Amino acid sequence: MTFLELKDLRIHFPSDDGLVKSVDGLSFRLERGKTLGIVGESGSGKSVTSLGILGLHKGGRAKISGEIWLDGEELVSASAEHVRTLRGKKMAMIFQDPLSAMHPFYTVGAQIMEAYRIHHDVSKKVARKHAIEMLDRVGIPQPDRRVDSYPHEFSGGMRQRAMIAMALSCDPELLIADEPTTALDVTVQAQILDLMRDLQRDFNAALIVITHDLGVVAELSDDILVMYAGKAIEYGTAEDIFERPEHPYTWGLLGSMPRLDRERTERLLPIKGSPPSLINVPPGCAFHPRCTFADRTGGRSTSEVPELLESEGGHLVRCHLSRDVRRTAWENEIKPNLEAS
Amino acid sequence: MVTYIIRRLIWAAVMLTIVSIITFAIFFLVPRLAGATPESLAARYVGRTANAEQVQIAAEKLGFNDPLVVQYGRFAKGIVAGADYDYGPGVEHCPAPCFGYSFLTRLPVWPDLLDRLPVTMSLAFGAAIIWVLAGVATGVVSALKRGSFFDRAAMTIALGGVSLPIFFTGIVSMVVFSYGNPFSITAPGGSYTPLLDDPVAWAYSLVLPWVTLAFLYAAGYARLTRAGMLETMNEDYIRTARAKGLAERTVVLKHGLRGALTPLVTIFGLDVGLLLGGAVLTESTYSLPGMGKYAIDAITNQDLPKVMGVVLFAAFFVVVANLIVDLLYAVVDPRVRLA
Ligand SMILES: Nc1ncnc2c1ncn2[C@@H]1O[C@H](COP(=O)(O)OP(=O)(O)OP(=O)(O)O)[C@@H](O)[C@H]1O
Ligand code: SF4
Ligand SMILES: [Mg+2]
Repeated sequence: MTFLELKDLRIHFPSDDGLVKSVDGLSFRLERGKTLGIVGESGSGKSVTSLGILGLHKGGRAKISGEIWLDGEELVSASAEHVRTLRGKKMAMIFQDPLSAMHPFYTVGAQIMEAYRIHHDVSKKVARKHAIEMLDRVGIPQPDRRVDSYPHEFSGGMRQRAMIAMALSCDPELLIADEPTTALDVTVQAQILDLMRDLQRDFNAALIVITHDLGVVAELSDDILVMYAGKAIEYGTAEDIFERPEHPYTWGLLGSMPRLDRERTERLLPIKGSPPSLINVPPGCAFHPRCTFADRTGGRSTSEVPELLESEGGHLVRCHLSRDVRRTAWENEIKPNLEAS
Repeated sequence: MVTYIIRRLIWAAVMLTIVSIITFAIFFLVPRLAGATPESLAARYVGRTANAEQVQIAAEKLGFNDPLVVQYGRFAKGIVAGADYDYGPGVEHCPAPCFGYSFLTRLPVWPDLLDRLPVTMSLAFGAAIIWVLAGVATGVVSALKRGSFFDRAAMTIALGGVSLPIFFTGIVSMVVFSYGNPFSITAPGGSYTPLLDDPVAWAYSLVLPWVTLAFLYAAGYARLTRAGMLETMNEDYIRTARAKGLAERTVVLKHGLRGALTPLVTIFGLDVGLLLGGAVLTESTYSLPGMGKYAIDAITNQDLPKVMGVVLFAAFFVVVANLIVDLLYAVVDPRVRLA
């Protein structure tokens, strides 16, 4: 049985201007011990998806359909109260900016203890010991003293470690990290990524890493899902995505990926244009206004929504170009360019 | 921390000194500007039967002819160390803190103030408990059910509470609730009874003033709490609290309300401090013998020493409240460093 499976998940928000289709028919699977990277530009629906899995849109204005299967249980139709009991214990989340994501008025230790005691009926003393252990585990020096510090007394990297300690405190089976390193500087980013990789191996959790930085998913992921306008547009193993990507949008992302041998600010092949409106999604392929290949599909790009189809061995692509055209374009037009730059 | 407290204490002392100088200046200068002479001031001490010469002597002995600075020094010394009043026929010792003698009753002001304080404290603290509970609860529910019927009704009433004057709400509530009519929640008699004499009578005598005063403040607190909650409930840390699997009630109270608490604590401290100097309108509306009523009576009778005493006493509470708020601030928000 698949540990986590999304089937045609849709999360739409009614707004004054119309329905915001933040997630629009998303499906994927993830096994224990594996890491899925979800990449996409700002607004592609990554965070909405992760909050949706945790059930945090329940009771709000969101219209949710589809299925989320977690360890044999369906969560979209489950009661909010039931999903709440799974949160923190069965599935946990690490947020982007640990300064704003931790309560400024409670000590780091108190916040970890709270997370632990929701799901474990233990005394404060036991919970405190556990919190110190967790802080130690994520590499915070002098954890028995730092446990009484407030978040603002930590550095950015230490805060993110504490946030990870909090998320892991109940030994979750599914861990979602939403932009876990975006708020940190480069060297600290690398440390946090190392830490997450180690911890995931120890805990054998299923890990979803959400980012708009392909470099981060390259570090961690077994599989990669590329999202655009609430939909998956390419899905495959890390090798598929980095060695033989087949979607023009993925090519664009790879072109804008910061690389060690380049200045970080210098983005050689940025994707032109901006992400589409999620209310009036462009007809046909949502990417077509920005796609330099749209004129090679005989007009289908602007009129017909492409389906997510298997290219080869579980590698899925949502594009009207034929597989051969995509592969030739990658080999002859895109790859040489990326390598040259 | 300790140096911070010491610095704040010194600051409080400086503030009180400044307030006393200003008060002194106003109350000693203003009558003179209005045409009062040292003699006419002294006349108030020796009584109407005294002749011009006696008055003259008294004015000299009481120091009304001395330079203003010297007079202030004497006044300040009286508060700190007590004073001896030599008004001719005899010398009267006025122990510290000496705020002088009433023009009218010839009694020292300070014991009067102490007498009035329990009434005002009873009124202020009782009302404070009610308005905090009612105001904060209303604000929280309004924020969570934003745009609902409850929210709109509560905020409309709150707007009324903020804008209606207390002598209006006070009189309405007296008409509706006071003894003898169907909605009565007060006891017969209705005059103030000290807490230690009879707690039940005490509570009965204060129910209406409490509710009226609390209504006024609760309205403001409801609006403040609502605005604060609307802001904090959108914070990232609320999402984190939910992601932990906390029950919604805990998310709202332990994380949301806690985040919105800082401005409430500040305002609360200042409001209570201000009220301890006398809830002038409430006390006069309900004829409660508190500081506010005392101040009004003193002003009406142009009883200067009383007015000065009550003003300084009120200023003292405001300064102390400020001090407490400053210290509490660091307790409520650990990001505030006391240095
Ligand atoms: N509660 C909500 N109500 C209405 N619209 C929402 C809500 N939450 C998110 N959206 C919209 O859904 C879209 C997707 O948002 P989401 O946060 O998932 O993007 P993202 O991929 O995580 O982007 P980023 O990289 O900036 O974090 C955005 O256009 C956002 O405005
Ligand atoms: S379907 Fe057309 S527009 Fe969309 S990615 Fe493929 S080529 Fe580009
Ligand atoms: Mg996001």
